[in-house]
Amino acid sequence: MKLFTYKQADGVDEAIKAASTKTISKFIGGGTNLVDLMRENIEQPDTVIDVTHLPLTDVEELEDGSIKIGSLVRNSHLAANKIIREKFPVLSQAILNGASGQLRNMATTGGNIMQRTRCYYFYDETACCNKRNPGSGCDAIDGYNRIHAILGTSFTCIATHPSDMCVAMAMLGAKIIVEGKNGEREIAFTDFHKLPGDTPNIETVLQQGELITSVVIPPQDFTKNSLYRKVRDRASYAFALVSVAAALEVENGSIKNVRIALGGVAHKPWRAFKAENYLMNKEVTEENFMLAAEEELKDAKGFEHNSFKIGLAKRTMVSVLKELV
Amino acid sequence: MNIKQNPSGLQANGFTLPLSLSINGKQYDLNIEPRVSLLDALREYIGLTGTKKGCNQGACGACTVLVDGERINSCMTLAVQYQGKEITTVEGLAEDGNLSALQQAFIEHDGFQCGYCTPGQLCSATAMIEEFKNGMPSAVSPDVASEEFEFSEKEIKERMSGNLCRCGAYVGIVEAIQEAFSNKETTVAHETFYL
Amino acid sequence: MSIISKIMETVVQAMPDKKPDRLIHQKKYIGQAINRVDGQLKVTGEAKFSAEYELDNICYAALAYSSIAKGKIKKLNLSAAQNAEGVITIITHENSLKLNKPVLFDPSGRSRGSAAMDIDILKDENIYWNGQPIAIVVADTQEQAEHAATLIAVEYKEGKSTLSFDANKSKAKTPSKVMMEPAEIKIGDAEKELKHAAHSTDNFYHTPRYNHNAIEPHATIAAFKEDGRLVVFDSTQGLYGVTRTVAGVFSMKPDEVQAVAPFVGGGFGGKGSVWFNTMLCVLAAKQTGRPVKLNLSREGVFRIIGGCTPSEQRVAIGADENGKFVSIVHSGITATTEHNNFPEQFSFPIRHLYASKSFYIGQKALNLDTVANTFMRAPGESIGTFAIESAIDELAYKMNMDPVELRRINEPAKDPTKETEFSSRHLIEAYQRGAKKFRWKHLPPKSQRDGEWLIGQGIATAFYPVYRFPATVKISLFADGTAIVKAAAHEMGMGTATVQLQHSADRFGLPIEKVSFQYGNSDLPEASFAGGSNQTVSVAAGISSAAEKVLEEFFKLASKNKNSPLHNLKFEDVEAKNGGLFSKNDSTKGETYIDILKEAGKGFIEAEATSDMPLEIQKYSMGSQGAQFCEVRVNEVTGEVRVIRWVGSFDTGRILNPKTATSQFRGGIVMGIGMALTEETFFDERNGRIMNPSLAEYHVPVNADVPNIEIIYNDIPDEHTPLGAHGIGEIGITGTAAAIANAIFNATGKRIRSLPVTLDKLL
Ligand SMILES: Cc1cc2nc3c(=O)[nH]c(=O)nc-3n(C[C@H](O)[C@H](O)[C@H](O)COP(=O)(O)OP(=O)(O)OC[C@H]3O[C@@H](n4cnc5c(N)ncnc54)[C@H](O)[C@@H]3O)c2cc1C
Ligand code: SF4
Ligand code: FES
Ligand code: FES
Repeated sequence: MKLFTYKQADGVDEAIKAASTKTISKFIGGGTNLVDLMRENIEQPDTVIDVTHLPLTDVEELEDGSIKIGSLVRNSHLAANKIIREKFPVLSQAILNGASGQLRNMATTGGNIMQRTRCYYFYDETACCNKRNPGSGCDAIDGYNRIHAILGTSFTCIATHPSDMCVAMAMLGAKIIVEGKNGEREIAFTDFHKLPGDTPNIETVLQQGELITSVVIPPQDFTKNSLYRKVRDRASYAFALVSVAAALEVENGSIKNVRIALGGVAHKPWRAFKAENYLMNKEVTEENFMLAAEEELKDAKGFEHNSFKIGLAKRTMVSVLKELV
Repeated sequence: MNIKQNPSGLQANGFTLPLSLSINGKQYDLNIEPRVSLLDALREYIGLTGTKKGCNQGACGACTVLVDGERINSCMTLAVQYQGKEITTVEGLAEDGNLSALQQAFIEHDGFQCGYCTPGQLCSATAMIEEFKNGMPSAVSPDVASEEFEFSEKEIKERMSGNLCRCGAYVGIVEAIQEAFSNKETTVAHETFYL
Repeated sequence: MSIISKIMETVVQAMPDKKPDRLIHQKKYIGQAINRVDGQLKVTGEAKFSAEYELDNICYAALAYSSIAKGKIKKLNLSAAQNAEGVITIITHENSLKLNKPVLFDPSGRSRGSAAMDIDILKDENIYWNGQPIAIVVADTQEQAEHAATLIAVEYKEGKSTLSFDANKSKAKTPSKVMMEPAEIKIGDAEKELKHAAHSTDNFYHTPRYNHNAIEPHATIAAFKEDGRLVVFDSTQGLYGVTRTVAGVFSMKPDEVQAVAPFVGGGFGGKGSVWFNTMLCVLAAKQTGRPVKLNLSREGVFRIIGGCTPSEQRVAIGADENGKFVSIVHSGITATTEHNNFPEQFSFPIRHLYASKSFYIGQKALNLDTVANTFMRAPGESIGTFAIESAIDELAYKMNMDPVELRRINEPAKDPTKETEFSSRHLIEAYQRGAKKFRWKHLPPKSQRDGEWLIGQGIATAFYPVYRFPATVKISLFADGTAIVKAAAHEMGMGTATVQLQHSADRFGLPIEKVSFQYGNSDLPEASFAGGSNQTVSVAAGISSAAEKVLEEFFKLASKNKNSPLHNLKFEDVEAKNGGLFSKNDSTKGETYIDILKEAGKGFIEAEATSDMPLEIQKYSMGSQGAQFCEVRVNEVTGEVRVIRWVGSFDTGRILNPKTATSQFRGGIVMGIGMALTEETFFDERNGRIMNPSLAEYHVPVNADVPNIEIIYNDIPDEHTPLGAHGIGEIGITGTAAAIANAIFNATGKRIRSLPVTLDKLL
């Protein structure tokens, strides 16, 4: 790990100011991803700005019934929060399915959103990786790509976003509030992470120096009936091969409201808009669930070792929806 | 050495910065680079080698310590971030030379073999029991919205899965935790702590 | 077989048996579920592992690894690294002291070395594998050394490498020996019998690369003392292997090197031989004149410490109408390198497990340009039993026969390939006991379900040979009635110290608190390395030899004395008990050690002895066996597998401590669960790079992957081993993967012949 300047920010303004310099700076939350990547030489900031002292550690209910989650709320605190558990059990479940008890105590909401891929070739400095080293190529495309993406891939990168929490947030239609030197802006969760395209090195729409201050989940009643299911290589403490977050509201045998998002399949938490559209007002049948899944994964593309994910995603989606009925 | 203090807190431009950590109730003053992890600060700079390094990747739990009672992986974080917090390591689990119920139960149930993962298992389990008592759900809790769970084998296993044991002492570890839990506290308080 | 070995064998067969160990049925301490003696140290963090010694003026080292599999270093640019903060020195082939080539580990016994690879260290620009250490950076702090190592820039000239196992299978050759045994065995015409058999099965089985991943990464501190002697704190399973190998490389005498390792954070074979890290650390200490600490990173462990070979195995079994085997074929290929000699012995179990009219057993090995493969918990037996025990199961289903029954009717009366008697074999009893405990029932495939989850049960035989090596032990018994037992043994969690204290206390008839055991240091007598599950019986034999001498001395002292109750007795007529020597016939007649020494005016009696050659292993077929029973659930939607129930029923001679023994069996089974379901080292055949050198991506089983594992054992002493015991450190992993694959078949009707059985294989 390279030497760096450490700054502890006590206020949001101070953090933003500290990050608005010419040199490369990084915010540090729990450090569970940043420290790892710095140790691997993948991140080499000149300045590390500690944001854990910022007063962004609350989960509050706003007047309109939205829930505002400070970006420094630790994952375990968010998962254990009573409001979240009652209104959005899927979010608690998603978080609790990620990492380990220790890591969840460290990980922050902002850091979780900003965590980077677990692609083996991204992690190995000696490999070709367009994300780490733009233009160098992608060793994963013809290499070990069992954990890689099947949706929204490009010729330059097939990595996935590894977060569980983000899948639930994308499903819940959350918004990310960021603040930079030009003020505050609001970004739909589903617009925040980018597909790799030609610039897999640019992973989100966050600008250098901008800080995530909170995530806001809009009020919605039907998401009480929600579920997160994660399929992985170990019973616990492993990243998702495929995961599904879904919420369902059924009225008189037909679907009144449905939300679905997939994890482990794309460069971003993948909101299954196509499947949702397909299902709206349709009859609740296993066949419709399957057709919706087919619809969503129509354009999926598998690679040597990950083609199984296409079928797995469909089956898991159907199984989750069935359970929600 | 080139250390600048500014009103907003710590800042170091040079190589090292002064830092004070409170560990097991004792204060330690250090002068270290900001890149030193909490784990390395403990092991290499303070000499508290009870906390182990199994991966330095956040992936094994051998480095688990308690910060204000919560369990964390000390390898994945910078020591400078932990000023003003109370850190407990395996060396601080026994009180007045008496092993904690959990430490004793680990010996009785052979909850280890080589012993390298053990400090992490013990710190982790100590905090895990508190999390459970405070109503923290887990990935296997049947209903996360509920505040009543059973301290079942399944719950223990899921909650302890952040601590690898390559010697495979998991059965003994679970038995030890069950025993320590039931001896210490027969009724489970289901108050929600994490609000 | 050479004439000499043939003669040797005849001689050995004709030799009379040794008398069974007199403690074979002893029940005072031996056999008791005593807590580990080092438990307190381990739960308080006081147990010191090798990188945890504080030495004055210590500095830190980190390694830089090659990024190509074969070729030469064209140019090294060290300037950025050299200018980095805190760097003391960087040692590469350009400035390294000239060292001797390390001497390879040799299975025949105490060779001059114990190196894992006989490649010269930092001698020239040649690269032999992707991940080879090319430089060692020494700095004031760990952070400085690690960072500077990343700043080393290398230009390579790449050579042609052989990396693909599958593409090069045709180049595999039959080695001259496999762990001193023949690589090929032919009895009858197995292929012909197979063709005409009433029932048969014939398939290929594949196992991937695995890594040990002991939770303690390899770590070393090397320091030269003022007198020129070198101390190496090293996480090792073989202290004397370290002293000999290091001495050889650095032109020192073995006794000028001291190796210290009181606690080792798991080894599983990965710390069994001496790898580059130990020698590089010594080199750095030598070139800097300061004590140096080298903690391998987890990635470093993957790059420079080898693991288990990949394998392709063919198992074919032919049976007659009744299920009696007429033909067994077990052949296959493993990978090794030009720089070691370890064709992994996957064909060993089949040599002893089943009776058959004909056999063809044959092993081939293929050299690849990788880090050397090495022993990993039950090398050979772990992967070999996967193939055989899957095949037996396949045949049982084909014949519609209970797989327990198929094994029972093919249980041999004597060793099927060596044709010697078994020293102790009660496998069928283990099956019967296990089946009862497990409530075993042979149900048709895909006949049990709980919602999305398909349920199935599977069984497999576990097998591991008995090894013993001569061991030297020194014992002192003092006038205050205490004894110290000294042996350079190893404690990696097997319970060595605990069990040998139980043993020593019983051997002398002393209370266990009066005995202490010193181990983990090469300044103690050479006991045995910790490998091949030999250490418990080897050290036990060493202790009994040394104890016998000590007791004889006591007897001599006492019987010289006319007033002693022992005066008129013969040594054969007395036994050690109640803190002294007493007549076998009259336990009131005798004297305590304290009294004998007091009477003689002596402070202590001390003796060192080396146990005899393990000829019993040649005379008998000696193995441990067991029956593994498991239940799995397989999710029909996702393919996820959960092991939910386990009974391991073992036949491993006498159990010396039920508590530590149970842990050993369970530990092996847990590792077997990983082998079966989650573990694989990803080796990129394009460039020889290991792609998941991380505990996040190499999936060792977590707590939630492991069910409650019930262990039972026959506990029948083997009359031909010290204490009637067998080593048990490795047998747990054997048969485990097959039992799981068999249970998966029972649950799903899908037969998976390649490990690990990840969920994609079941979709
Ligand atoms: C072994 C292991 C297993 C894991 N398993 C899982 C898993 O199964 N599922 C899962 O979802 N995750 C998993 N994780 C990832 C873990 O969830 C993330 O590392 C964690 O959420 C990151 O949060 P942090 O606060 O520690 O981030 P940090 O490491 O502190 O920061 C990560 C990134 O976010 C940036 N950042 C932090 N805060 C802000 C902010 N407020 N505004 C803008 N940028 C910010 C940082 O600059 C940095 O680039 C695992 C991690 C490890 C090490
Ligand atoms: S998939 Fe993306 S992250 Fe992985 S190697 Fe290719 S470019 Fe890099
Ligand atoms: S050393 Fe920290 S998790 Fe492994
Ligand atoms: S006791 Fe050895 S790793 Fe857990």
